[in-house]
Amino acid sequence: MADTAEIVLEVKDLDISFRSAGETVHAIRGVNLILRRGETVALVGESGSGKSVTMKAAMGILPDNARINSGSILYRPEPGAEPVDLLKADPAWIRKNIRGRSIAMVFQDPMTSLNPTMTIGAQLIAAIRAHETVSRKVAFDRAMTLLAEVGITEPERRMRQYPHEFSGGMRQRIVIAIALSCNPSLLICDEPTTALDVTIQDHILDLIVSLQEKRGLSVIYITHDLGVVARVADYVNVMYAGRIIETGTIIDVFYDPQHPYTWGLLSAIPDTESGDTLYSIPGTPPVLTKDPVGDAFAPRNPYALEIDFKEEPPMFRISETHSAATWLLDERAPRVARPEALEARIQKMREEAADYVR
Amino acid sequence: MSDEKTKLLDVQGLTMRFGQNTVVHNVSFQISEGETYGLVGESGSGKSTIGKCIIGLNRPSAGTIRFGGEILKPGQNLRDIQMIFQDPMSSLNPRKKVSDIVGAGLDIHKLCKSPQERSERIEAMLERVGLSRDQGQRYPAQFSGGQRQRVGIARALIMNPRLIIADECIAALDASIQAQVVNLLKQIQTETGTSFLFISHDLSMVRYLSDRIGVLHRGFLLETGTPDELFARPAHPYTLNLLASKPSPNPIVQFRPETHYDYETSGILYENGTWHTMEGSETHKVFCTDVEFEKWGLGT
Repeated sequence: MADTAEIVLEVKDLDISFRSAGETVHAIRGVNLILRRGETVALVGESGSGKSVTMKAAMGILPDNARINSGSILYRPEPGAEPVDLLKADPAWIRKNIRGRSIAMVFQDPMTSLNPTMTIGAQLIAAIRAHETVSRKVAFDRAMTLLAEVGITEPERRMRQYPHEFSGGMRQRIVIAIALSCNPSLLICDEPTTALDVTIQDHILDLIVSLQEKRGLSVIYITHDLGVVARVADYVNVMYAGRIIETGTIIDVFYDPQHPYTWGLLSAIPDTESGDTLYSIPGTPPVLTKDPVGDAFAPRNPYALEIDFKEEPPMFRISETHSAATWLLDERAPRVARPEALEARIQKMREEAADYVR
Repeated sequence: MSDEKTKLLDVQGLTMRFGQNTVVHNVSFQISEGETYGLVGESGSGKSTIGKCIIGLNRPSAGTIRFGGEILKPGQNLRDIQMIFQDPMSSLNPRKKVSDIVGAGLDIHKLCKSPQERSERIEAMLERVGLSRDQGQRYPAQFSGGQRQRVGIARALIMNPRLIIADECIAALDASIQAQVVNLLKQIQTETGTSFLFISHDLSMVRYLSDRIGVLHRGFLLETGTPDELFARPAHPYTLNLLASKPSPNPIVQFRPETHYDYETSGILYENGTWHTMEGSETHKVFCTDVEFEKWGLGT
């Protein structure tokens, strides 16, 4: 806010649509996002909510049928440097200086992001030499160090192996090593653990958090799993139907959620306490071939007010860090309490936290 | 335990080898009439292979599977055992109307006397799983992921099966939709009394549906008990690790496993284990050696 020099990435009023089969899908409808140096911002939402599209726009890897209607993505590689608008920059310049170098990305499925016909070593060395003019020897040594850094033992032997000789978790470590090979300042993780088992997910999350601390990385974390968000993020943005509907620190959003959609998402997490039925959000997310009238969540929202079906709610500010787009926060709205079960769950979380701190 | 007659499915010493690899080691469990058994494990633990052995897609290398008291041979009892798959897009024929997909079992077994009866049963079933009657005229691609999974459930349920095997049937769905499908399955359980084998990697989802849970790792069944028993007093270090690994949605409390469980370095050899019953329970059992049982503080 005050200190703009420390802002790494700022997405402003981003609006993107896709043309497919004669229809226009309005996938991103005004997204605003700020990431500061060394912090982790999570984007959470269901499939089709627009969380991946937002980040693909920043990387310049949107498919050909995408159209950017308006907005800007300002990126500041060094503290205090003049920011560049990635949406207006020359694609060749982005390819050379930004993508894979200054901003790196880790995708969901490590098997599809690695080349099955090349050894791990060859892929790492290629990644390093694509961006920097260094000798093979220097690149080889750097590759070895990177593999050790991401927790792969016997790097020398492993360099000669192919992706299929590694387990899923090990492959994702290699993808992370490649992402780090050019010392990026921003790492975008798009569902990096969704394809992995929970026990392996745990190791990868540990790795990402420790690398971030060591290297001072800024991280954008795209996921649908709120448990993962609570574990890795500083700030969280909840997306629904192409908009951010709630944003705040993880403490704001997990302990004091304001938007009924966030209530639903939090309530739907299976609790370790047994209950008879699991809370579920009725209905399905809207198809964005037509712009929703009013609040896109209104048809699924048991707390919807009359105005929700007529006018889209603006972002209401709750605190310095916390905002939500729901008419319930308007001063004229009736006071609506959070669902009892969720309130009980939050209460329990507070008690657990108190125990934990003690 | 319950008497022999109420045991719908009885799996004894099931072993499955693919070439040199043994992926299921001597696994035994029973499912009673109306009971839901949750089989939990990571990828490669053998959980899907067990499901496939029961429905006859895999021929077990050793062991017997009894269904309703009779030894099950591949290709038998296809009506009474139905399966719901993980990915509704790849398990539904994209070129068939949903009504024909749901009605396929009725057609194959010639269960309807007239086209009217057939369409009546199909439409009633669509309604039963929360779709509308006229949606039967659409194709799978015209449905969302959650709706497609409802079609998969309708297809299984229309045969009035005695056992439904649900293999990771909610893994591909979004969080808000997962809960809808879990609740639908739960409702079907109580209304029809169908038995379920619920296969999943997600222990916290399994607990909502299961009467008993079995934890599988590297082809070995390691621990079994009711959800309350497993969650309150996980006995095997692997179960403990599985429970602790699931990230908690509480940002302040990040329950960290004290030690990451690694089979290779744990010194545990699953081959040497035998079943030990936990004190004070008939259903809670753990597969380990006598020494481990003492060492983990599970004995008296």
